[in-house]
Amino acid sequence: MANTRDIRRRIKSVKNTAQITKAMQMVAASKMRKAQQAAMSGHPYSLVLNRVLVSLRDMVSADFHPLLEIRPVKKTLVLLVTSDKGLCGALNTNVLREAMLLDKEKTLFVASGKKGASFLARTGRNMIADFALPDNPTFLQTKSISKFCLEKFLSGDVDRVEVLYPKFVNTLVQKPLLVTLLPITDDKAAGVSQSVSEQVASEATVTTGAQFLFEPGADEVLNSVLPYYFHFEVFQMILDARASEQSARMVAMKSATDNAKSLVKDLTLEYNKARQASITTELLEITTAQMALA
Amino acid sequence: MSSLQLEIVTPEARIFTGSAQMVIAPGVEGGLGILPDHMPLMTEILPGEVIVTTEDDELSFAVGGGFLEVLPDRVSILTDMAIVEGEIDEKAAEEAVARAEQEMRDKVLSGEELATVQASLLRSLAQLRVKRRSHR
Repeated sequence: MANTRDIRRRIKSVKNTAQITKAMQMVAASKMRKAQQAAMSGHPYSLVLNRVLVSLRDMVSADFHPLLEIRPVKKTLVLLVTSDKGLCGALNTNVLREAMLLDKEKTLFVASGKKGASFLARTGRNMIADFALPDNPTFLQTKSISKFCLEKFLSGDVDRVEVLYPKFVNTLVQKPLLVTLLPITDDKAAGVSQSVSEQVASEATVTTGAQFLFEPGADEVLNSVLPYYFHFEVFQMILDARASEQSARMVAMKSATDNAKSLVKDLTLEYNKARQASITTELLEITTAQMALA
Repeated sequence: MSSLQLEIVTPEARIFTGSAQMVIAPGVEGGLGILPDHMPLMTEILPGEVIVTTEDDELSFAVGGGFLEVLPDRVSILTDMAIVEGEIDEKAAEEAVARAEQEMRDKVLSGEELATVQASLLRSLAQLRVKRRSHR
C-alpha cells in the first residue's frame, strides 16, 4: 500500500497541472473565437473573388498571362504552414506527415511557423525561406510571404506553387490540405471550396459567348487581379491555419484537463483507502493492546 | 423594370447584397454608371464613392480601391473598404488623414510602407468626400 503522504503529493501535482491546462484551454478558446471569426469573415470576399476569376479564366487563354501559364513541372514550391507553438494535439504532426510524402528532390519549401521550419531542417529538406508571423497576421504581413513565392514562380525557379496547411473544418476537425495556387487553373480557382466550383461552373456557362470588356485593358486588369488573388488566397489560408491551431489547442487542452481530473479522482480514492487502512490497523493495535492488558 | 444584383464585399465582411436599378462606381478611367444588361466588364476601381440606386432609395458608400465585375444581371464590387455613408465617422477620418499626411512628411517611407500609407490616406479622403458632399 502506497504511503498516504506520497499520494497526497501526487494529487497536488496533478491538480496543479490541471490548473495550467485549464488556463491554456481558456486562453485558446478566446483566441479561437477571434481566429475563427477572422477566417470566416473573409469567405464571402474569397467566394466572389473566385467567381470573378473563374469567369475571367473562361474568357482568356492560358498563354495570356504568366500566372495562368501551365509549364511542365520540374520544381515545386510548397508553402508549409504550421504553428509556432506545440501543445495543440496532432495538428502539426498530421501536416508534417503529408509533407513527408512530397518529393525530396523536386520540392522547395518555404516555412511559416517554427514547427514546420524545424521539421524541414531536421529531415534535410530544401528550405529556401522561413517566415515568422504573429498570432493575428495582417494582410500586409502575409503578403511578404506570398510575394516571395510569386517572384519564385515568375522567375521560373519553380513551375508550381502549392500550399500545405491545416484546413479548418470545424472546432474538432482540422484536415491537412495541399492546394495548388500557381499557375491559376480552372478548378483551382475555386480551391477554397469545392461546392462553389460547381456553382460557378453552371453560372459561367451563362456568360460564355459574351465578350468580356476590360478597362483600361486586359493586361492591366489581369496584372492586378491575378497577383491580388494569389496574395489574398495565401492570407486566407494562413488565417485558416491559425483558426485550426487555436481550435486544436483548445481541444487538446480540454482533454488534458479532463484526464487530469479523472486522475485526481482515482488518486483520491486510493488515498482514502490507504487512510482507512491505516486507521483500521491503528484501531486493531489499540484494541489488541487493551485486550492484552485486561 | 429589370434590375441587377449588386454585391459589395470586403475581406472583413459582405457589406451589401441586393437588387439595384443603377450603380455608379469610380473606375480607373473615370466614373461608370451601370444599368441592367450592361456588357460584361471587368475593371479596377479607385478609392471614392459608389452610389447605388435601389427601388426606393439611394445609398452612398465610401469605398477603397478594388475590382468591379459587371455581368448582364449582376455587379460585384471587391474592395478593401466599404462604408455606408451614414456610418462614416468624420472625425476619425479627418484624424486618419492628418496622421497619414504627417507620416508622409516626417518619415522617408519606402516601397511597401509608402504604398500602405498612401492607400490609407486615399481611403480616408474618400470617406470625407462622401460625407461632406451629402451635407450640402
